[in-house]
Amino acid sequence: MDFEFSAEQVAIRDTIRELVQDRVSPRAAEIDQTGEYPKDIEKLFADNGILGIPFPEEYGGISGSSVTICMGIEEIAKACASSSLILAVQALGSYPILVAGSEEQKKRLCPPLASGEKVAAYALSEPDSGSDAAAMKTFAKKHGHEYVLNGTKQFITHGSIAGTLVVFAQTDPGADHRGISAFVLERETSPWSVEKLEHKLGIRGSPTAQIVFQDVKVPAANRLGEEGAGFKIALAVLDRSRPGIGAQALGIAEGAFDYALNYVKERKQFGQPIASFQGIQFMLADMATQIEAARHLVYRAATKADVKAPDLTKVAAMAKLFASDMAMRVTTDCVQLLGGYGYISDYPVERMMRDAKITQIYEGTNQIQRVVIARALLR
Amino acid sequence: MDLELAPEHASFRAGVRELAQGVVQPLAAEVDRDHRFPQEAIDAAAQSGLLGVLIPRRYGGAGLDALAFAICVEELAQACASTAVIVDVHTSVGTEPILLFGDDEQKSRWLPRLATGELLGAFALTEPASGSDAASLTTTARRNGDGYVLNGTKVFITNIGHAGLYVVFARTGPDEKAAGVTAFLVPADARGVRVGQVFHKMGLHGSPTGELILEDVSVPAANRLGAEGQGFMVAMRALDSGRIGISGQALGIGQAAVDETRALMRDRGHEQGDDFTLAEMATRLESARLLAYQAAWLCSRGLPFTRQASMSKLHCTDTAMQVALDALQIAGPEGAASGSPLERHVRDAKALQIYEGSNQVQRIVIARDLLRAG
Repeated sequence: MDFEFSAEQVAIRDTIRELVQDRVSPRAAEIDQTGEYPKDIEKLFADNGILGIPFPEEYGGISGSSVTICMGIEEIAKACASSSLILAVQALGSYPILVAGSEEQKKRLCPPLASGEKVAAYALSEPDSGSDAAAMKTFAKKHGHEYVLNGTKQFITHGSIAGTLVVFAQTDPGADHRGISAFVLERETSPWSVEKLEHKLGIRGSPTAQIVFQDVKVPAANRLGEEGAGFKIALAVLDRSRPGIGAQALGIAEGAFDYALNYVKERKQFGQPIASFQGIQFMLADMATQIEAARHLVYRAATKADVKAPDLTKVAAMAKLFASDMAMRVTTDCVQLLGGYGYISDYPVERMMRDAKITQIYEGTNQIQRVVIARALLR
Repeated sequence: MDLELAPEHASFRAGVRELAQGVVQPLAAEVDRDHRFPQEAIDAAAQSGLLGVLIPRRYGGAGLDALAFAICVEELAQACASTAVIVDVHTSVGTEPILLFGDDEQKSRWLPRLATGELLGAFALTEPASGSDAASLTTTARRNGDGYVLNGTKVFITNIGHAGLYVVFARTGPDEKAAGVTAFLVPADARGVRVGQVFHKMGLHGSPTGELILEDVSVPAANRLGAEGQGFMVAMRALDSGRIGISGQALGIGQAAVDETRALMRDRGHEQGDDFTLAEMATRLESARLLAYQAAWLCSRGLPFTRQASMSKLHCTDTAMQVALDALQIAGPEGAASGSPLERHVRDAKALQIYEGSNQVQRIVIARDLLRAG
């Protein structure tokens, strides 16, 4: 068992850490307040190769390792959870291609994503099909060398800004989840429309869109895997992306904790720093312990994704479940440690608490993670 | 032992509920979204006599007890937590110090106007460097002839800018700690009273919170509440019953979250995992309610209630936070997105663990009381 990162991974992390401190951290409050997608941060990540992390070198990237992706997401999320989704969703939207694409598809579709020329997104959920993906009502009908898509997808992170969109649709409506297929839509040739953007509790700089397909044509060459393989692909992708959400939750918690730790050392009440009170010290000890435990679970899951371990599904769900529950608790306590200052927008921890909540909900709610874990245990 | 509400409390609750659900609740989402003071809700509450719940009838109030007050805030909070805290702060820490410590002249002068809502009350204790350690406050009140001149900055003041009367705590004596603190009634229109920064908060967007700046504010000695040096005791006593109000606010938010979750689960279908969470939410809420009503019952009988009020505030607000988070979790993405009250409940509930004595301070109060000799 080895929890050390390679020299190359540490170098990537340090580069990201520096960029985040200099360029992302100062923007985080404004991104939250305006609720605008930070195009400048996307460009910063593209220019510095960060969006190439999810891709191996042969497809124009710099890594392809889940561990490295998690390190990147964690570093960014320490300062700005919205910005961390730029990397996390680039990975999420690219996994289907990397997992199920042919060599031709990977060579064609990945380089513009790795360079950051295009942003990727992943469209699985629908208004009446959230946790129950097999109930989807988006249909893809084959006509010669292309498919025609019709339907509506809900809560699609970056669905409004993506250039490349992986869409799951029914190709054989009678066959339940065995009738789902995966398609790669490129905006120029297969344009979709954005129906509405959600105003959310947190991650306000990361647009969440409802998108609509009305007779959208997709070349058959952009179907990933066989017809009917879509559901399997979706699950395989979530196995790989869930450690990333764990890493995001971990980063949010660490960012809030670092801020609160400094605060309690400086804030004086009753003639002494409030950190000198045992009630505060016990809170700090519990938070740091929870963060440490989550960190190990997240990187263990990422390692399992990289070596394609047979128990990846279970451990990835555990990492996502544990880290996101941890982040919610820790950020709520960090607001508490700052008292009234924690509750106002002049300080970052209230934003971090609002951002933490979504990590318990998306990429499979934590109830779904428990279902997945229990199913693996009882198999 | 009788755990049934008396008929007068039950009918009072029904009346408040009608107002809360009919007038207050329809405004809640907009008040949150636009960060707007819910003036219509406060006017309606005033018309129904809810701004004078604790004020005796001879001063134009309803002359009700602490349990009625808790019920009032609970029902309002179930509709809109911002409206609830405006009424709560006005009624308890904004008005009660006059009820408990004012002389006859002060009562006749101020209570009738507070009872009708002509004046909204507020409580100015906290300062930038003096939060949990309230006794270290540095705002000064210097004797000047027959009156006092106040200088200092207060922070996190609920009802800022809308209050007509602030109960302000300032240092009159050379004593550095509690013994040097005195309470004053400072009208909002007194010269030198200014509103500083109004904060952008995580929740309670309809309830303005900000800085109160006092620059050479002259008040007559008739506006001193209690004796010189008695101020800290006034503040602590006011906060004891204030905690009953905050408990009510927590119960209201928690109940709204439970009710919305029940409706959603009935509508959408449900499995055992969420069933168990709902059962836990409702059980915690029920235990919190009993604790709050016990504290209110002790208070209304004139029995010692400091420990129970702190236990109630701690347990009710922790429960509201957990219940709000659980409700949002059960709802999933729909709960976190536009137009759902569930994400608002989470943002609103967090404030309750912090204000009127953070939950760390409640633990200090409870432990100190438990460990006292005798």
